[in-house]
Amino acid sequence: MTATLIVLALIMGGLVFWLIRQTINVQPWAEEGPVGQDHAGGAYSVPAAKIGLIVFLGVATSLFSLFASAYFQRMEFGDWRPVAEPGVLWFNTALLVLGSVFFQRARNAAVRSQANGVKINLLIAGMLTFAFIGGQLWAWKGLQEAGHFLSGNPANSFFYVLTAIHALHILGGLWVWSQTIFKLQNKVEVYKVRTSVELCTIYWHFLLLVWVGLFALLLST
Amino acid sequence: MAHVALADKGQELAHPKTWIGMYVWSQDHKIIGIQYIITATAVGVVALILSGIMRLQLGFPGVFDFIQPDEYYQAVTMHGMIMIVFMLTAFFLGGFGNILVPLMCGARDMAFPYMNMLSYWVYLLSVIVVCASFFVPEGPTGAGWTLYPPQAITEGSAGADWGILCMTVSLALFVVAFTMGGLNYVTTAFQARTRGMTLMRMPLSVWGIIMATILGLLAFPALLVSVIMMTLDKALGTSFFMPAISSLGENLAHEGGSPILFQHLFWFFGHPEVYIVALPAFGIVSDLISTHARKNIFGYRMMVWAIVAIGGLSFIVWAHHMYVSGMNPYFGFFFATTTLIIAVPTAIKVYNWVLTLWQGNIHLTVPMLFSIGFIFTFIHGGITGLFLGNVVVDVPLSDTYFVVGHFHMVMGVSPFLVVFGGIYHWFPLLTGRMLNDTMGKIHFWMTFLGTYAIYLPMHYIGILGVPRRYYANGTTEFLPDSVQTANLSITLAALVVAAAQFLFLINIIWSMFKGRKSSRNPWRATTIEWQTPDYPPKHGNWGKELPVIHRWAYSYSVPGAKEDFIPQNEPPSEHTRGEGKV
Repeated sequence: MTATLIVLALIMGGLVFWLIRQTINVQPWAEEGPVGQDHAGGAYSVPAAKIGLIVFLGVATSLFSLFASAYFQRMEFGDWRPVAEPGVLWFNTALLVLGSVFFQRARNAAVRSQANGVKINLLIAGMLTFAFIGGQLWAWKGLQEAGHFLSGNPANSFFYVLTAIHALHILGGLWVWSQTIFKLQNKVEVYKVRTSVELCTIYWHFLLLVWVGLFALLLST
Repeated sequence: MAHVALADKGQELAHPKTWIGMYVWSQDHKIIGIQYIITATAVGVVALILSGIMRLQLGFPGVFDFIQPDEYYQAVTMHGMIMIVFMLTAFFLGGFGNILVPLMCGARDMAFPYMNMLSYWVYLLSVIVVCASFFVPEGPTGAGWTLYPPQAITEGSAGADWGILCMTVSLALFVVAFTMGGLNYVTTAFQARTRGMTLMRMPLSVWGIIMATILGLLAFPALLVSVIMMTLDKALGTSFFMPAISSLGENLAHEGGSPILFQHLFWFFGHPEVYIVALPAFGIVSDLISTHARKNIFGYRMMVWAIVAIGGLSFIVWAHHMYVSGMNPYFGFFFATTTLIIAVPTAIKVYNWVLTLWQGNIHLTVPMLFSIGFIFTFIHGGITGLFLGNVVVDVPLSDTYFVVGHFHMVMGVSPFLVVFGGIYHWFPLLTGRMLNDTMGKIHFWMTFLGTYAIYLPMHYIGILGVPRRYYANGTTEFLPDSVQTANLSITLAALVVAAAQFLFLINIIWSMFKGRKSSRNPWRATTIEWQTPDYPPKHGNWGKELPVIHRWAYSYSVPGAKEDFIPQNEPPSEHTRGEGKV
């Protein structure tokens, strides 16, 4: 469980650091009255959806690190036979990297309120992501043809499960992406979708990082 | 830290006009909280009845033909899982969390009301799926609430086909529902607090609920990972957990899987789960004690940090549930040490509750009775936890009734007493009526004394060596006949306590319609959920203007103040300033 503990230590450490900054030298029993001081309370200027997403990224990080911990523990056993990763995974990784790049471009265009730029970059990013999912399915097909089935060996099982869970997260993101595209198609003004585009971008960068981590894990074992 | 008030977006709340919109597909956090409470109570009653079935078998072995070993194990399993996950977790976070977090933070609603609604409906679906397992071929799983493989998914165990699949699917759904709800509670407390509600002015109820939610968000993925792998092992023949094994004379196709891996994953969720249930109880009971003793909570900052410390430490004690799994003794030493360390912040909380009571103006109202009852049962369950946290003491006591007595006291009875206290306290807020006091006091004394009659003897028979989860003890040399007498007495007490809970349900239903009308702030509390313009609060909670917070939540018996409490939103004035600061 080392991988998970490291991740959780980082998350809890961040939380504690933030709390210390909020609570140090604060004596709530001795204070009364006016707001608007350092700790005015109330909402932060960060949109709620962004905080929600960041919290969710914490949940997803915990999930993937637990899978990684389980992977490390399970591979200690004698029946583990490493599976040769299909070469198409490199191509898929490149697609996901490009997807992230185009999301970033869409986000930058949204900040500059360029409707066309947002739309085109979003569309390209989405298509690249669909291509990534297709590529992952292609990798599955390759493994099946090579006789590496889900239940054949724990290494195979982990390969299928990890890629599937990652793809499910991406599909969730694509749902939000499709909502944003739909709004743009209906001539909704750019500033109204800016937050969605920004959150999608953060989410895609995160899922790219997760994929790079998973791919490295698969390659190294 | 600009105040861009999400909380102020009152105009964006859609106020539904139809009955279905208001009470069924509701996005109002209070209604969703009540929906959670009703569902959790309903499924809790199912779990209560299952415990009755167990006790009938143990008290009167062989008398009831409808309780055969399989049914007994199924009752054990479903009772445990339903009570811990579908009842207590859902009740505290889905129920109290939904109702209290926005109201106590001064928000109009949760940050994401639609997702909040979705959270409840997915939770309901998970409850339906877990209850559906009573009706599938061979019935629900009987593998014990810990669902250890290979037993849970091997032919020959009760419910090893459909039952276990219903369980894993319902748990996965529950995790999804909890995540949607949890994102709401955390974001609301971080983002939607009203002006002046600094973190250190938040009532401890909110602190407890939020920290428990953070634990849940980080720990429930471990449950999700384990049930996904278990489902694949069962349905698609993978070998994540299933070792090479023979079942009913046949070698199964599995090879090399690790049941211990499941234990690690399960308890990585399972131990924080104890605190997911306990922390909201800690928070709520702090507020109840302070309010009903008319005294500020002792050591507020320490209470907050104790909650945070317990939350952090709860992630590094999980393997104390696995001392008998054959782990490296050095691991055992490490986990015993961390387990003992977690007792420090917990003890701080207990001392602070007692010190809050000390020289307080104690009102023995029903919520206060339950709170004081909680201090007793929690100290009791906590101290037996110190026994079990030590490897050398745990090994002989492992899997005996001592463990059953311990965990029921610490995470069964104690949180339930707070649930009851919380309901008696906040029932008027939601309904405008008081619960019947006499019935409440009868309910308290029957429950409090009854649980001692149930769980104290369990410690004794556990020390004698009576194993847990056994359908029948049979005849052994080391168990005297008096064990059966104890079992009979426990069963009788359990039936009485169960009956008392129905008295409580009757009280709820009766008082909802016929109860005495409550005043605006019947407990004279400082927290702002009692300060809404409408009473009970309506959708949107706060009318045109959000409340502005001027002080912390514990301004009770302030010297020089005209009353013995000053609400958090009351502006400072000559009357309230008095001699001391508030």
